[in-house]
Amino acid sequence: MNLPQNPATRRFLGLLPAWLVIGIFMVMPMMILLVFSFMESDPYGGVDPGFTIEAYRQILFDLNFDDELEFDPVYLIIIGRSILLALIAVFGCLIFGFPVAYYITRQERRVQNMLLYLVTIPFWTNLLVRTYAWILILSGDGVIEQPLKSLGIIENSLEMMYTNGAVATGLVYSYLPLMVLPIYASLEKLDFRLVEAAHDLYASRFQAFKQVIVPLAKPGIIAGCILVFVPSVGAFIAPDLLGGGKKLMLGSLIHLQFASSRNWPFGGAIAMLLLAFVMIALLWQLRSARKRMEESG
Amino acid sequence: MSKKKSFTLGELPGAKIWTLAFFIYLYAPMVVLVVYSFNENRRVMNWTGFSLDWYAKAFANDNIQRAAWNSLMIALVATVCAVTIATLAALILGRRNNFRGKDTSTGLISLPLVVPEIATAVATLCFFAVVGIQLGLISVIIAHTVFCIPFAFLPIRARLEGMDDTLEQASRDLYANDWQTFRYVTLPLLMPGIFAGAMLSFIISIDDFIITLMVAGAGSTTLPLYIYGMIRRGITPEVNVISTVMLAISIVFITAYWLLTRRQSVTTH
Repeated sequence: MNLPQNPATRRFLGLLPAWLVIGIFMVMPMMILLVFSFMESDPYGGVDPGFTIEAYRQILFDLNFDDELEFDPVYLIIIGRSILLALIAVFGCLIFGFPVAYYITRQERRVQNMLLYLVTIPFWTNLLVRTYAWILILSGDGVIEQPLKSLGIIENSLEMMYTNGAVATGLVYSYLPLMVLPIYASLEKLDFRLVEAAHDLYASRFQAFKQVIVPLAKPGIIAGCILVFVPSVGAFIAPDLLGGGKKLMLGSLIHLQFASSRNWPFGGAIAMLLLAFVMIALLWQLRSARKRMEESG
Repeated sequence: MSKKKSFTLGELPGAKIWTLAFFIYLYAPMVVLVVYSFNENRRVMNWTGFSLDWYAKAFANDNIQRAAWNSLMIALVATVCAVTIATLAALILGRRNNFRGKDTSTGLISLPLVVPEIATAVATLCFFAVVGIQLGLISVIIAHTVFCIPFAFLPIRARLEGMDDTLEQASRDLYANDWQTFRYVTLPLLMPGIFAGAMLSFIISIDDFIITLMVAGAGSTTLPLYIYGMIRRGITPEVNVISTVMLAISIVFITAYWLLTRRQSVTTH
């Protein structure tokens, strides 16, 4: 059997399947969704021909009885809640995850590997199942309330399910490993003599932490924040199961438009909005990476 | 009289307890789920005793069997497709060479990792509607292949990048042609990476929920879809049982992946 001799031909043939599959089944669908978001909605699902920005208008304005535009904050609230909950998830993961990432880097190699393995396992297990497990914990007869009730500490339910807090807990839980791993990766490269030097120069523990460790961990922190923010802002499972459909987020809103509401253009418009948020987050990361490169020469 | 507290250099105060709390938080929900899957009581949260009855009932359930079969089929086919495509691409992109379009190609392959799943899901649904592909097993397999590609690609490329190309040079010096070099030198060396990529693809496919939810049709219900449907109707012991099984599958595969890549890093150092 002979392989093509020309390196350019070889490259072309090797990359062709990936280009084709991702091009046709990923890039093209995105384009179609973009086009759909500018078309008219068909009440039976799908779209009708004709260019309109109706779907985007709907995000902010509603038509009242006199066919006049009226500002309607209902979707703005959902967008705001998505961003807010995603940011809470990011900070929750950062505060919870940073000390853990740091602790892991200070262990000997074998222990490090073991702990990393334990951090990654939840990430690879079924998100739906992991989120469902929280129902068993938070619900009215769950493992938190049941003993409290039987001991007579509380009488009425704590009503932990179907709240923003429950959704935020689920989000932090879902994406925590995505924060720990990149921070670990950047802290692992930290030359510990720098911390010793800081202490030799009479830095307190806090000063050494703030002025040596955190700046060096910054690339990992930023990467972790992005990795948590992106799936959180478009999350579907946590708001659906733990928010009970009451605390809608962008993901559930998009899903609704394609499932029961049958307004594909509006769903497409919201999806484009979501992609815009993701792009902003990624560009921010790119910019800070570039700035770091410039600073270091 | 003030006494300065001594401390171990670089130790964050309370980091150990914090880490312990972190792992409890990470694993407690899973432990609760597994424990309650062995509860004999029909009312899930009412612990009355250990029993395997619900496992027997769940395994005998026709719908669950069908969903499990679908999940397995989809994951296997999508994994084979994704690994083939990813291996070919990695053989080009994992080498220390530079050519026009290298970054674009790598970016394109990583695209499914960057786009939020829900957006991919609805976009793919629109695509199938436009092209006229019936929603069913085929549509699910196509969608899964796409998002499995980056997960298959990354470990294979990592393996290639860490590979020493002197063996391939030696093979050519011994008059092996390109195909022989690939077949008898490159491919065997690459195998751990390919297996690792296959493990990840398989887990990602079998666990996927949102994209499958949007592009599955009648008769292509997978286990996660079945679990979701059951949760919506109320918590039953059977949900706990299948969820526990899903957890076990993921953990087995990720452990296999971990062992594969660990041995790999041992042999390359």
